[in-house]
Amino acid sequence: MVRAVGNEADLLGRLREHDETAFVELVEAYHTRLVRFAQTFVSSGPAAEDVAQDTWVAVIKGLERFEERSSLQTWLFRICANRARTRSGIDYRLLPIGAPGATVGRDHFDSKGAWIDPPEPWPDIDDRLAAATLAPLALAAIDGLPEPQRQVVTLRDVEGLSSQETCEVLSISEANQRVLLHRARTRVRAAIAPASRGGST
Amino acid sequence: MTFLTRDLACQQAVELVTDYLEGRLSRRHRKRFERHLAGCPNCSAYLDQIRQTINLTGQMTPESLEPAARDELIDLFRKYTRDPDQAD
Repeated sequence: MVRAVGNEADLLGRLREHDETAFVELVEAYHTRLVRFAQTFVSSGPAAEDVAQDTWVAVIKGLERFEERSSLQTWLFRICANRARTRSGIDYRLLPIGAPGATVGRDHFDSKGAWIDPPEPWPDIDDRLAAATLAPLALAAIDGLPEPQRQVVTLRDVEGLSSQETCEVLSISEANQRVLLHRARTRVRAAIAPASRGGST
Repeated sequence: MTFLTRDLACQQAVELVTDYLEGRLSRRHRKRFERHLAGCPNCSAYLDQIRQTINLTGQMTPESLEPAARDELIDLFRKYTRDPDQAD
């Protein structure tokens, strides 16, 4: 998972006193993560950089008003999501999440719902070599997801936010968050499956 | 509730994986799901693969911050904290 900042209350206190080292700490922990998250809303790299920079300006200006009802991390990602929405001109909250339905293709099951081509067990991909091969495939799969799924899986599984934090950042319901997460994980798994054990599912 | 007395089919079980991992299944549905897993190596393998996928995704470290980008952000901080009225 990703690096978090140390004592948040302490950091916030220092930021409010305009302590530059506190800002550097925060920027080092979050800037590239904010850029990565912004890319789930805007298409180009430079546009995502701009969104992240806009986020920092809003953070600096908003420090006095930040009420600590959410964590600093949630606040950062939420500002970033709002800036990115403004820039992209698309409010993904308003897009339908799509009809509920099967995410694992129907063709994998017989008429009684039993596996036709059961998943072959994977060897443990926890080791670094396997992870190095599979990570680019997972990343490409995430990049290819519809934006709302991509936003949810990025916050939940890449950034390690909780479901509550993710809902706060994206202003979506827990149920919608879960549906989007389910679809995203299903597709990422399918994308890495062939390389994980050399078959197809 | 005939739905609960019936056994789960694999096709239904795989769609419950996220609800299960998120702890959002009711006690009865969770038990039913776990009963299915206990008798189904295929769906057990599938659940394990979803877990491994989540682990893998969590290992994607962000890029490190370029010194130039860092300096630019520090300039921004100085600009907005030293003279906030002028900054706009």
